[in-house]
Parts: sequence; structure tokens; C-alpha cells
Amino acid sequence: MKVGEPEEFIIDGKRLDGRRVDELRPLKIEAGVLKRADGSAYLEWGGNRVLAACYGPREIHPRHEANPQRAVLRTYYSMAPFSVYERKRPGPDRRSMEISKVTRQALESVVFTHLYPMTAIDVYIEILQAQAGTRCAGITAASVALADAGIPMKDLVPACAAGKVGGHIVLDLFDIEDNYGEADLPVAIVPRTGEVSLLQMDGNLTQEEFEQAFKLAIKGCMQVYEKQKEALRKRYGGSEE
Amino acid sequence: MKHEIIADVKRDHIVNLLNSGKRIDGRAFDEYREVSVEVGINQRAEGSALVKLGKTQVMVGVKLAVGEPFPDMPDSGVLTTNAELIPLASPSFERGPPDEDTVELARVVDRAIRESQCIDLEKLCIKEGELVWIVFIDLHPLDYDGNLFDACTLGAIAALKNAVFPKLEENGRVDYKTKTEEKLPIVDTPVEVTFAKIGGHIVIDPCLEEEEVLDARLTIGYNEKGEIVAMQKGGSGTFTQEEILDIVKRGREKAEFLRKHLPG
Repeated sequence: MKVGEPEEFIIDGKRLDGRRVDELRPLKIEAGVLKRADGSAYLEWGGNRVLAACYGPREIHPRHEANPQRAVLRTYYSMAPFSVYERKRPGPDRRSMEISKVTRQALESVVFTHLYPMTAIDVYIEILQAQAGTRCAGITAASVALADAGIPMKDLVPACAAGKVGGHIVLDLFDIEDNYGEADLPVAIVPRTGEVSLLQMDGNLTQEEFEQAFKLAIKGCMQVYEKQKEALRKRYGGSEE
Repeated sequence: MKHEIIADVKRDHIVNLLNSGKRIDGRAFDEYREVSVEVGINQRAEGSALVKLGKTQVMVGVKLAVGEPFPDMPDSGVLTTNAELIPLASPSFERGPPDEDTVELARVVDRAIRESQCIDLEKLCIKEGELVWIVFIDLHPLDYDGNLFDACTLGAIAALKNAVFPKLEENGRVDYKTKTEEKLPIVDTPVEVTFAKIGGHIVIDPCLEEEEVLDARLTIGYNEKGEIVAMQKGGSGTFTQEEILDIVKRGREKAEFLRKHLPG
């Protein structure tokens, strides 16, 4: 048993932070929060605080990265040194390199990159405060920032994790559940088609548990999707759908 | 640019073949390339393995060192997985610090090893809070012809099972020249199975040509019980939800197939 591990994760049907098993942490998204970026979003998701900025399409540096057929989408996930309990050394580490990569791959399928050959579309994700689930928060914020920049896209990409804690399948793990739980399954989807653009898992799940957690994560994504659309409507007006 | 155009032509060719039920190297959609695993192939490493998956070759070395445990796990050994994509192994690999593909490979292999808890890390404690064994897994592809994830994970678990402790001296130093009989405590055998989606078709164990044109990739780690211990989707494309549920089910028996190639 790890130091600090709680004895139970669910007491009287409630999780340690008071949520039901299928309940998201409070999520608030605001679009267009930065002046200099072409598009931006700020997101508060439980104890997570995330900023995303989109620059582009713009000239690409270094030039040899240019693609004559499409824009190059580049995503950078970064954690502020003060975003976690023990100071994180600034700069990219192995974890953030991997998250940058899967974030890009989660978003690439929706961006119409072929419209802007020879350019770069850069998305910077900064985790200002972390409480687990930051890659999902980052992808969620990044796709709102892309939309805010006016980049043509098939759809927004919401992301949400499900997992297993104390034998229960739960939605949207917060830090204690993430640290001491049995499994974490982050998922991102393209809601219009229902297709999955990000899927990772660590921990231990049976086939049945996986299926249950996977479906729960997708339900969570759909709730996140509503918040994303709400944020854009709030900034730009317009009606439901 | 040149590369892109060739890739497009090649992609059409590979997809056309798949449309008529064929793969570029003649395999069935759910067929692995020939698998071979040799262990104990390096005398300096505490454990070692050479895995061949078709023409893909990966050497894996396990080294053991002593050091301090993490403060939050004072009675546990430490696991570190590293990959090195050396330019010897492919014209597309470059020298320099690890790029994101290298890091992803190391982390996805690490995920299956770590999350399956196949190493009994508590048995690696020498003195609680002070001294523990550190397990280094070094993934070293020698010839890259696709699907490094499955080859490296298989090599990692083979090398771990092959590993023995070196002699620990009274003063806490390790005598690497004297190996003991004692094996590393390995209690499970995780393996990873990778599927690729190309033009709407799902194939297992993509070869290099398939990997270069794939839309999406899904790697799943299974423990001995067939439970899922790690997953990683790759590629810019997507999977449908039905495809994922189907792949997860089908991967299980393929994991069994891979595991059979491990020596004793």
C-alpha cells in the first residue's frame, strides 16, 4: 500500500470529493481570453486550471517542416513549475512529450489542414494548476482555442477519462483517485461521428470493466462537448445547433 | 515532399490490396509475422533478449543497480524503461536526444510492465527508505521493420525473466562480475498487441510499409489473466467505438500467441 492511500474510495455512494460515480467535476470553459493569440481558451475543471492558445495558420519555422499539401498542426503540452505539489522542473519531460504527441493526434483528424499548405498551426497548452486529468483538460481547451482562432474544423474534440477506483468504475478521476486507483482511461472523441481520436489506459481492467469504463468516458465526453459549445456560443452568440 | 508523394502512391497500393483481402507481405489480416525470442544473449547485462518479429529485430538489456527508493514508496524497488532509436537501425532514425516517438515507445512498453505489476517491486527492497534495487530496461532496436511496441514489450518481459541479481557486497556496492543464482522476482507476463487501421481495414502487427501509411494504431497490453493493463492509440486517424471493443476482444488470444514464444 502506498503512503497516503485512502482505505475506501466510495462511502455511502459518494466519492471522496462528494461526487456520484458517473459525475464530472465542475467544468467551466471560456473562449477568447488572450489578446495576442489568434484563438484561446481558459478552462477550470475541478482543481485543474488550463490555458490554451492557438497561433496560425502562420509561417512555419523551421522551414523544412513545411508540408506542401497541408498545414502542420503542432501541439505543445506544458506544466507550470508551480502547477503540482512538488515543483516540476520547467521544460519538456518524457511525460509531456508523449502528451503533446497524443494531443496532436487527437486533434489532427478534425482540423482541415489541407486548406493551409506550407503553414503551421501551433497550439500551446499550459497547465497552471493540476488535479489529474490534465491531458483531457488540455485537449478540451485546445479544440476550443482552435475554434476561437477560426480554424475550419469538422467538429470540436471533447476529452474525458473514466477509471476504476476501489473496485468501482467512475467518471473523471481527481488526483487521489488517479494516484491510488486501479485504472485510468482517457478518451477523446469526434462527437458528430462518435469516433475515438484518443485512447490510453494504464492500470488493470477486465474486458467487461473496460467496456463499461469506455462507454462511461464517452458519455463524459458528450457532457464536455456541451460545455465547449456553450463557451463558443457565449463568445460569439448563435443559437442551439 | 518526395517522400510524401511516394507514400501516397504506396498507400493506394496497400489499400487496394487490403480491399481485395490481401496484405502487402502476403499475411492474413490477423496474422503475426514470424516471432522468435532468444534470451541470455548478452553477458554483461543481468538479463537480455533478442526478439525478431519478421525482419524487425530488437535487443533488450536489463541492468540492475542499487539506489534510493522514491519517498512515497519507501519499500519498493524502482523501474526505469528507456528506448534508444539508434541510426544504425533505420535510415529514418537520427542521432540526438530522444524524440517523441522514442519517448512514446519507452513509455508504452513501461506502462505494460509497470501496470501489470509483473515485477514484485517490494522484493527489491534492501533497506526500507534507504536502499533498493533499480531495474533498468533498455530497449534497443537493431533493425526497424515496423511494430516496435510488440517486439519491445516481448523483449522486455523476456529479458526480465532472464535476469539474475549480481552480487551485493556488505558495503552496499554491487559486484557486477559475480552473478548470483537468484532470479529477478517476476510474477506476471504482460505482452502488447498492436493493430493498425488502414483505409478502413484492421490488421495486426503492421510491418514498416503498413506503419508508414496507417490511419490509426491501437496497442493493448494484456496480463496473463487476459486483463487489460495498458492501452495506447496512435496515428492521426480515428477508430469507431465498435472497432475498439472488437479489437480489445480479439487481442486477447493474440497475446496468448505471443506469450507462447517466451522461453520456459
